[in-house]
Amino acid sequence: MLDLTYETPKPKTIAGARHDWELVIGMEVHAQVASNAKLFSAASTEFGAEPNSNVSFVDAAMPGMLPVINEYCVEQAVRTGLGLKAEINLKSAFDRKNYFYPDLPQGYQISQLYHPIVGEGEVLVEMGDGTARLVRIERIHMEQDAGKSIHDMDPNMSFVDLNRTGVCLMEIVSRPDIRGPEEAAAYIVKLRQILRYLGTCDGNMQNGNLRADVNVSICRPGDYEKYQETQDFSHLGTRCEIKNMNSMRFIQAAIDHEARRQIAIVEGGGTVDQETRLYDPDKGETRSMRSKEEAHDYRYFPDPDLLPLEIDQDWVDDIQARLPELPDEKKARFIKDFGLTDYDASVLTAEVEAAAYFEAVAKGRDGKMAANWVINELFGRLKKEDHDITESPVSPAQLGGIIDLIAKGDISGKIAKDLFEIVYKEGGDPAEIVEARGMKQVTDTGAIEAAVDEIIAANPAQVEKAKQNPKLAGWFVGQVMKATGGKANPKAVNEIVSARLGL
Amino acid sequence: MSIDQNTAAKVAKLARIKVEEDALPALASEFNTILGFIEQLGEVDVEGVEPMVSVTPMRLKRRADVVKEGGQQDKVLSNAPDAREGFFAVPKVVE
Repeated sequence: MLDLTYETPKPKTIAGARHDWELVIGMEVHAQVASNAKLFSAASTEFGAEPNSNVSFVDAAMPGMLPVINEYCVEQAVRTGLGLKAEINLKSAFDRKNYFYPDLPQGYQISQLYHPIVGEGEVLVEMGDGTARLVRIERIHMEQDAGKSIHDMDPNMSFVDLNRTGVCLMEIVSRPDIRGPEEAAAYIVKLRQILRYLGTCDGNMQNGNLRADVNVSICRPGDYEKYQETQDFSHLGTRCEIKNMNSMRFIQAAIDHEARRQIAIVEGGGTVDQETRLYDPDKGETRSMRSKEEAHDYRYFPDPDLLPLEIDQDWVDDIQARLPELPDEKKARFIKDFGLTDYDASVLTAEVEAAAYFEAVAKGRDGKMAANWVINELFGRLKKEDHDITESPVSPAQLGGIIDLIAKGDISGKIAKDLFEIVYKEGGDPAEIVEARGMKQVTDTGAIEAAVDEIIAANPAQVEKAKQNPKLAGWFVGQVMKATGGKANPKAVNEIVSARLGL
Repeated sequence: MSIDQNTAAKVAKLARIKVEEDALPALASEFNTILGFIEQLGEVDVEGVEPMVSVTPMRLKRRADVVKEGGQQDKVLSNAPDAREGFFAVPKVVE
């Protein structure tokens, strides 16, 4: 385990009409398992297919069809558990959660209420200002996703597509350890990052592959500490659950609105009802989902179609042994081995592909210089064209080549940027381009002296002024750089200009 | 535990089964008979006995992560009372 050298962030406080309030937030994140086939059927999980084309008779709940579990989905859930430093339950079981909805043809969702596959774990959530919150994970269980209903294709009908029905989800349940909207967003960012490192979920929020239910309650300052001491929920306020959000921005806005709504109720002498609510991004408010309340009795019972899921410790150990280096470890190593700042290391490890790219560039080179080039030049350039790192036209070897030329003194930093642009647009070997296009830095003092003398001879008035005001020497340096096409070594030019002007 | 008429009505509603008011007393009584039988089973001391989930010593059967099914939109929709443009069409459900 890593050293916790972080301060914990201060909880967010909201000033009510009477006094200050704090927020207490727990999250249930539904992460779609990255697999080819569904959890209990051999239909495809591919996004964006023709409606009802990725549907087996199991998914459509045809009578007599029986579920058979996809072993890879189980492996992915175990891998996720190990990545969150959680205990793995060698024996888990599936239950039926019963409710009626048009996009759930079985009339029940197969889930794991009583015996989830993953137990308690933790996620370190960094806030970017040097503070970090350790959020405890209560459990992770596997369950089936429901289908998709489309309401805007017909005025009187809803259209149902079962392609998503039966796709494997991991529900990752946190303890109520999150203390503000920003922390909630940072928690999702960190969770998504870990899942992507593990390769267990692609984290695409737009496609709904990562969605969050957020439990929000309010308490007076001091009450939360009492809860943490005793784990007694009576110290906290009544919580409301905001369902199914797939945008960081909405999650933060919904939490903020919901907290203020609860504060207004309590300060007005009322009590908060425990209920399920929905965030309306157009109105910027949450509202009660009455239909959910009526049918909240899910009548869970063990699914008689499925035996308990038993896995071997050897298998778990094997998955553990094949875990990739995770974000916290990678970041710590980048700081230690490459001398990076905390910020740079965070930026470079945000995506596993970017981290691999950086490492290829930094290998055998100056780490800080490699970080600067990857972050400032490459990321900046890619962002301009809305490309991500996997689409970079410049390979790590090419970028490394550019950095080598700077390090050797063959090109100046300014020319290097021009060279980067050429490599980005046209490709090619940086060293060959520099040679072929005469971009090499002039370090030959004779040539620089000649250029300096020429400029001085041509501008006697400027020379007089510069002698009065030495700051104007910069003008001569600029002229020399211009005359040499930016190829003169700036340090050498500076020295020679100063000497010639007698400054 | 005893099931009254209100509980019987609630269970029927959750199961989406329409039960007329005058049929509720008989339904509640049937439930109570069933629960009585279950309670009788509960009298057996099973302390330390692991719940039996299968009568044969079997391990949960698993499947490889391979796509083998799908591409049968017509068959999937063939029993639907209403289907349009490849979708099941149902009376509007809006949250």
